[in-house]
Amino acid sequence: MNLKDMLRRNVVDTPPSGIRKYFDLINEMKDAISLGIGEPDFETPWSVREEGIWSLEKGKTHYSSNAGSVELRQEICRYLKSRFSLQYDPVHEVLVTVGGSEAIDLALRVLVGPGDEVLIPEPCYVAYKGCTLFTGATPVPIPLKAENRFRLQPEELLAAITPRTKVLLLGYPNNPTGATMDREDYVRLVDVLKDRDIIVISDEIYAELLYQGKHASLAEFPEMRDRTVLVSGFSKTFAMTGWRIGYVCCHPDLMEQMKKIHQFAIMCSPTTAQYAAVEALKNGRPDVERMVAEYNRRRRLMVDGFRKVGLDCFEPYGAFYVFPDVRKSGLNSDQFCERLLLEEKVLMVPGTAFGDCGEGFARATYATSLENIREALFRIGRFMEKMLG
Amino acid sequence: MKLEILSLLEKNSRMTDAEMATILAADAGAVASAVHELEADGVIRGYNALIDWEKFGQEMVTAYIEVRVTPQRGQGFDKVAERIYQFPQVQACNLMSGGFDLFVVVEGRTMKEVALFVAEKLAPIDSVLSTATHFVLRKYKDRGVLFGQQHKDEREAVVL
Ligand SMILES: Cc1ncc(COP(=O)(O)O)c(C=O)c1O
Repeated sequence: MNLKDMLRRNVVDTPPSGIRKYFDLINEMKDAISLGIGEPDFETPWSVREEGIWSLEKGKTHYSSNAGSVELRQEICRYLKSRFSLQYDPVHEVLVTVGGSEAIDLALRVLVGPGDEVLIPEPCYVAYKGCTLFTGATPVPIPLKAENRFRLQPEELLAAITPRTKVLLLGYPNNPTGATMDREDYVRLVDVLKDRDIIVISDEIYAELLYQGKHASLAEFPEMRDRTVLVSGFSKTFAMTGWRIGYVCCHPDLMEQMKKIHQFAIMCSPTTAQYAAVEALKNGRPDVERMVAEYNRRRRLMVDGFRKVGLDCFEPYGAFYVFPDVRKSGLNSDQFCERLLLEEKVLMVPGTAFGDCGEGFARATYATSLENIREALFRIGRFMEKMLG
Repeated sequence: MKLEILSLLEKNSRMTDAEMATILAADAGAVASAVHELEADGVIRGYNALIDWEKFGQEMVTAYIEVRVTPQRGQGFDKVAERIYQFPQVQACNLMSGGFDLFVVVEGRTMKEVALFVAEKLAPIDSVLSTATHFVLRKYKDRGVLFGQQHKDEREAVVL
């Protein structure tokens, strides 16, 4: 038997993340600076870690209920209501997942399969396309434009819709562009969506990492609320990536099916992480504010630095990414990142890793110290001088 | 803005006015004059480096000394404190609530040097009733900065 013949075609045919190869290179370098890692450099706030430790000391090492502990689900609802005026019922409309990642996968699995189309505005988080392909559905990219600051325009959405369109997968604040959508931007999308049978999966994992204005969500529009699957989590907001905890909120009709998969495939999210997450929601606000203030400072330094060395970028208002246009260097995304890494030991990720329309751009994250950012910008400046001759 | 400038300088006093202006989305001239004012008003008392002397290979001991004193009529503790903090060996001197009165931080090159300072200069002062000297054996964290091993970025390269 040839094992490879036993595999499902759509899994085999899905390419691995394009980011990988650079990480293999950087691991062998000394003094390299990575602007490539998409996770907070902060450690989880101590009070949150302490709560996790406490739960272990108390022997709280069992499964929780499948959907997540009641207390955590209640805290999540309280939080969503007070922060974003979103109302969900903790019993029927919330599921605690293994990161936002599981939530995205679950939502796609209960909604789409072969023959269905999933609209994915790009550039976007690398998992959207992969998870869609695993279900057998067809990802349909919507290339977004830098001149629109990578916000999805209603015309672009309209042009991509076909009779097979079933899901729109949105992620704002956005990885990799740092783009955000205002309420007014959503108002224009609602006009397109409200009378069509399209479900929106809205990945709002970066909702708290916002440096201008107020976070908006499609779920806050009454006509969209029941057709929106809200995905969020603790990884970015509370610097809890390694705990693997997130959540999803939606109408009970969808939730019931997602719960079923979660129940059989996962059982429940890590219990230690659930205790820690309760503490994060109850008392973590000052820590979040401290981290957001620090990200904001780094963000300004980075945007200013890129512009000064001749790399245009629009000012990103969310997440922890800057997405400069690198075409002035005379190189394409891949060449730019490869040469920058080999010649100056600075890692950025080519925009093409996040969709074809990312060509000409590269992603840098400011989830690293001011010192690193300062040094990286200095090296990028030196590199650009060389390129511009 | 001054508050933000102070919080930046407290962490890194070498940050330039221009960089602070960028980070705070403020005008460079405004930052420069705010810093100037803070210096002139004595809010910024100085700029110094936080040094791990041990790492440098320089022997250096720090002692925390609890001092009990008799306050003086009309002058309270101020007069005694003044006599104590004038010594260059004294790095810090604070009036405390609780079981003793003054908390004095003394630095010296050796334990003996510090002990002699306490025995010969501090303890004999008229209004000093008693002293209790505690030597620092290892510095774990000072002014918010971890000493000992350098922080290493241990984040794994993942696919996101
Ligand atoms: C846009 C976006 N969504 C979801 C995730 C997954 O986060 P987690 O599974 O840790 O909650 C990430 C992580 O990088 C992300 O960038």
